[in-house]
Amino acid sequence: MKLVLNEEQQFLKDTAKDFAEERTPITHFRNLRDTNDPAMWDKNIWEEMVNLGWSGILIPEEYGGSDFGVTGMSVVLQECGKTLTPSPLFATAVLGAYAIKEFGDNEQKSKYLPLIASGKITTAVAVDESSHHNPANTELSAVTSDNGFVINGSKKLVVDGSSADVLIVLARTSGSKGELAGLTLFIVDSKADGIIRSKLEMADSRNYANIEFNNVAVGASSVLGSQEAGGEAIDHILDIGRIALSAEMLGNSEAAFSTTIDYLKERKQFGVLIGTFQALQHRAAEMFCEIELTKSSVMAAMQGADENSNQLQVLASLAKSIAGDTLHLISNEAIQMHGGIGVTDEYDLGFFLKRARVAEQIFGSINFHKERYANLSGF
Amino acid sequence: MENLENFRSEVRAWLDENCPSSMRTGADPQIPHDEVWGGRNAEYKNPESKIWLDRMGAKGWTMPTVPKEYGGGGLDKDQVKILNEELFLIGAKTPLLSFGIWMLAPVLLEYGSEEQKKEHLPKIIKGEIRWCQGYSEPGSGSDLASLATKAEDKGDHFMVNGQKVWTSYADKADWIFALVRTGPLEPKHNGISFLLIDMETKGVSTKPITLISGKSPFCETFFDDVEVPKNNIVGTLNAGWEIAKKLLQHERKFISNFGLAAAAGSKKDLVSIAKKHFGENDGKINNTFFRSEVADHKIKEHAFGLTLQRAGDEGGKASAVASMFKYYGTEHNKKRHELMISAMGKDGVAWDGVEFAEEDKNLTKSWLRTKGNSIEGGTSEVQLNVISKRVLGLPS
Repeated sequence: MKLVLNEEQQFLKDTAKDFAEERTPITHFRNLRDTNDPAMWDKNIWEEMVNLGWSGILIPEEYGGSDFGVTGMSVVLQECGKTLTPSPLFATAVLGAYAIKEFGDNEQKSKYLPLIASGKITTAVAVDESSHHNPANTELSAVTSDNGFVINGSKKLVVDGSSADVLIVLARTSGSKGELAGLTLFIVDSKADGIIRSKLEMADSRNYANIEFNNVAVGASSVLGSQEAGGEAIDHILDIGRIALSAEMLGNSEAAFSTTIDYLKERKQFGVLIGTFQALQHRAAEMFCEIELTKSSVMAAMQGADENSNQLQVLASLAKSIAGDTLHLISNEAIQMHGGIGVTDEYDLGFFLKRARVAEQIFGSINFHKERYANLSGF
Repeated sequence: MENLENFRSEVRAWLDENCPSSMRTGADPQIPHDEVWGGRNAEYKNPESKIWLDRMGAKGWTMPTVPKEYGGGGLDKDQVKILNEELFLIGAKTPLLSFGIWMLAPVLLEYGSEEQKKEHLPKIIKGEIRWCQGYSEPGSGSDLASLATKAEDKGDHFMVNGQKVWTSYADKADWIFALVRTGPLEPKHNGISFLLIDMETKGVSTKPITLISGKSPFCETFFDDVEVPKNNIVGTLNAGWEIAKKLLQHERKFISNFGLAAAAGSKKDLVSIAKKHFGENDGKINNTFFRSEVADHKIKEHAFGLTLQRAGDEGGKASAVASMFKYYGTEHNKKRHELMISAMGKDGVAWDGVEFAEEDKNLTKSWLRTKGNSIEGGTSEVQLNVISKRVLGLPS
């Protein structure tokens, strides 16, 4: 494994960098927030992303994708992270595309993947049911019926849950809460009878929903992957998601850090540039080190995903915990080093802080992943 | 290509015949081990150590790229690669540890006169002369350029007066390469010269320094009216600071490599120590709080290892990320030792006596020694300054 991007991946990254800078600078996000946009992502921007092929990066060519892999997908998200660009990329191009590509049968792949690649549908993966991420704690039930299954229960903090056309839902078909065994994944139309979606107002102003399932009837063909093997499947899908999200969080860190360094070089107090203060210089140098460590971890995890590494779970938890730690530090330091303007809403840094803490919670906090890393590493 | 294949066969044949068995992997563990530094007063517990040094020295293969006219091997890059591969194949021991090789020789090759190169390089290469480094002074550590050991121009020689500190193995070395003040104190960088001094010269004396961890190779070195030939200046008078900086780069690279190798080859494993002393429960360290600290540490360790790898994959040049290695590596190693002795409970804080295992007491000594790692070779604070100014471009 070489911890460098190949030509294709670098090209994707460069294209995404230009796109984020020209089409979706932070003002794009700010406008969506200020106008209380219902979806918190822009349909025209999404169409441009689709035209660039980004919705199909994880999808095989036979279904209309480009199959550039997890690394290619993640570096796009990394660049989007630098300008806090909100879009369906994470929940659709990463989670939905990967879940169906990896676990769908031929019918499901032929039906859904081309629709994802062409941007005609967006997806959301519904996993969690309480304040902390824990797929094994799923209680939402799917009980066999004459025509398939009936789903009852609720899911929380579903990313893009408010706007998604298709939901991928983790349900319990046997066993009890706390067990990763006995879980099954289902593909469910978000407009199905009995589904009630409540859009959430989260600190990072993105698209989330709590979703209630009241006797939602689904056919037998809506099972994604093998019945009862949903626990293993979701763990794998989430690992890909965690890696992509870590890349986006790395982008958040890089942007907030870069803004801060620029500020240290411009702001004068006491007749000198504050960047000459050794205390700030040393804190900046420490942040530099943490970002470098994060870059290496995210790179190893992305490459590991593309190489089907048997270390993937460890690498995913490494990436998510370290990306979380680093972004936690950078988001705090960035505001502190900016002084008063850092805590104003007018300034962009507050957005990074808010996004940082929400992203930390998605699919496992820093502590969740430290524990998982320890469990997987044999101590 | 054919020439290289011939070369490989020659090297292999020569090694087969000339590398003594105790100098390779598979050596009899009963045979005493020498740390070979060479020099006028070198002693060997195992005669094969000297034989190996003499043979490799005669071939010039202790410094294979140095031209033959100076006693080196005169090999090109491809040949050196082959030599290293063949040495690795038989698990050959390094024939000579030498500050002369690591630090002085590169400087002599770049700045030395023909006379100096012909005089000193062959002896470095054969291990006949052992060198030490005279840089730091009690009043000049991080601010090395403020050094005050004076070399006064007395016409046909210099008269040196002053003191150096942290001179590793000064009490065992034959010669010292020292930074001395030959010009004014202001501007401080423009009054420094690089001077070679024979340790047997009248007026040179040394005193070993004991560390908090016990014995160390460090010494104080004193110069009382020491007469040094004018020809012993390397490069131009008062232009020694440039040379000093170059040499510091070589030193930093060497410390990093040594540290990494030490950590890699270390049998002191935090997890096994923790499991031994806390017990384990289903494979997990039987103490939640300590287990959490271990997780924090192992995650950073994993990421740091990947960062070293990435720097190599990116081209291995002195990249921005390389500036963090000394800082991060030493601080991480300090933390690792803190965690290890903490895991050992009372067994981690013993000093002496039969009640405690040798390896445990050694770990305690190691923990103490690591406190110096973030100070020597450029303090952590200096490293952070370098990152801030040179990598991040923050203003002075």
